[in-house]
Amino acid sequence: MLACLLLVMTMPLLIGIGLFLKSTLLLDNNSIINLLFSKTWKPLNQNFGFYPFIISSIWVTLTAIIIAAPICLLTAIYLTQYSKKYFLKIMHPVIDILAGIPSVVYGVCGVLIIVPFVSTIAPIFGKQSSGYTILSGGIVLSIMITPFILNILIEIFRNIPDELKEASLSLGATKWETIKFVLIKKASPGIISSIGLGISRAFGETMAVLMVVGNVTKIPKNALDPGYPLPALIANNYGEMLSIPMYDSALMFGALILFVVVLFFNIISRLTITKLEIY
Amino acid sequence: MMTKKTEENIFKVLMVLSTSIIICGFLLIMGSVLIKGLPTLSIEMLTEVPQGGYYFGKGGGILNAIVGSLYLSLGATFLAFIVALPVSLFMNVYLINKNKLLNVIRYLLDLLWGVPSIVYGAFGFIIMVYFGLRTSLLAGIITVALFVIPIMIRAMDEVFKTVPRGLIEVAFSLGSTKSETAFKVFFKQVIPSVVTAVLLSFGRAIGDAASILFTTGYTDSIPTSLLEPTATLPLAVFFQLSSPIPEVQNRAYASALVLILIILIISLLARIISNKNNLKKFNIKNAVNKRFIYYKNIRNNYNLSYKKRRKSQQ
Repeated sequence: MLACLLLVMTMPLLIGIGLFLKSTLLLDNNSIINLLFSKTWKPLNQNFGFYPFIISSIWVTLTAIIIAAPICLLTAIYLTQYSKKYFLKIMHPVIDILAGIPSVVYGVCGVLIIVPFVSTIAPIFGKQSSGYTILSGGIVLSIMITPFILNILIEIFRNIPDELKEASLSLGATKWETIKFVLIKKASPGIISSIGLGISRAFGETMAVLMVVGNVTKIPKNALDPGYPLPALIANNYGEMLSIPMYDSALMFGALILFVVVLFFNIISRLTITKLEIY
Repeated sequence: MMTKKTEENIFKVLMVLSTSIIICGFLLIMGSVLIKGLPTLSIEMLTEVPQGGYYFGKGGGILNAIVGSLYLSLGATFLAFIVALPVSLFMNVYLINKNKLLNVIRYLLDLLWGVPSIVYGAFGFIIMVYFGLRTSLLAGIITVALFVIPIMIRAMDEVFKTVPRGLIEVAFSLGSTKSETAFKVFFKQVIPSVVTAVLLSFGRAIGDAASILFTTGYTDSIPTSLLEPTATLPLAVFFQLSSPIPEVQNRAYASALVLILIILIISLLARIISNKNNLKKFNIKNAVNKRFIYYKNIRNNYNLSYKKRRKSQQ
């Protein structure tokens, strides 16, 4: 039993070391700053600039979070404070099923619904677009991370002791004031960390984004440009990995960046949540 | 005073709106896959492997992907179970008093849970190359198992947490060892919930595509050994959708429908099992009494045999 435990505990370390060892070939030949901020991606000429991919990833993630965060927050407040008990009982399976739908299916729905939708609304903003854009990727991602964030938020709002609410109500505050000044204030670390977890989930999501985001190696200037996020890059080029060692190394470096960023967001958010539980 | 009410009302409308957005999103996803997938879904799709020219719209089905996916996720769930059960039992029986250590372990597990599946895919690929494996069912099973293990441990951990502490103490006080307590008392008490946890992990394993992209490969035949590459449903959806031919794209929708149906069935099963478990409410007094009788019998038998031995020695 101890051996199994140790095996599991060393997993994060093993993943980090494995990816790092694989990317040393690339790091030996290029400086890390050059890799992260160079804009040219020409694997055949040994130019590996990750900048366009990183920027695309950030764009997609931010779009998703901006759409998902307010919706999740409002829904969580509604479900825990205003709605009837049975409604929450109906919503729970809905959230669970949404969380269980595989990312490929989200991608299929994105191609079916959201891509045409984006291409029809694009002219309103004075742009012609095929629909395969950062915005579509963001919308698909926002649906994907909604159940994830929502579950955490509902848990947090539920765990706030009733006495706090009752104290505020007995002082003459209305229900909404209580929510605004007491509940949200009390839950704010939890809200922030749930958003952080949502970010890390969105940053690493692969298949659904890959299918709708367009995959053009260019630095996107607005949400209606196509992009090429980091996970999509890795997933799309795995076939060529074995043929060129440098390319292989570069993709592993991409995975390493992904791993580090996601781990970073996770560590911070989880720390905030555990602090919340202590106090 | 009017403004107070209006503000609340505005936000109430927004809340109802956002809740209905989520419900609409859910219905849209289910509806669109159902409407697009149902017309193409046929017996032929489910029971035949792709034939020549399948990817140009000719006959055949996705049996290879369905069977491949089931093989893959069954194998991965089994492998993950072998690792996850001892770990979660160890955490809840051996380390029950070391709260700080437990918190650190849970924290690390949560971190592992958050690692994106494509990173697991890349890591699985490294392992695969290191051991000289080719793209195969085995490599896929190992990768997906790595991906599922933290999920399963955390799910089981939550289950074992609900076992009342008195039970351990009774078992210890009656002289059973820690591992006896773990496997005979703890595990037996919560088997249905453990099954639920395993089913949920199975659902995760079958739906994930990014981690197996590197390691399982893709073929048109059903794998006959662990070392052969295999097709999987998520990748079948992905590859068929990227085809320019509309008939093949329709098949992608049908495959997506099959995938969703499998996952829905699994989560329904998990729900039914966990509900059943909740129905016969956990009664600590009964449980402890039962265990007590069980241990008393063991003791009596032991004493009897001890006396017999003493007699024969005399």
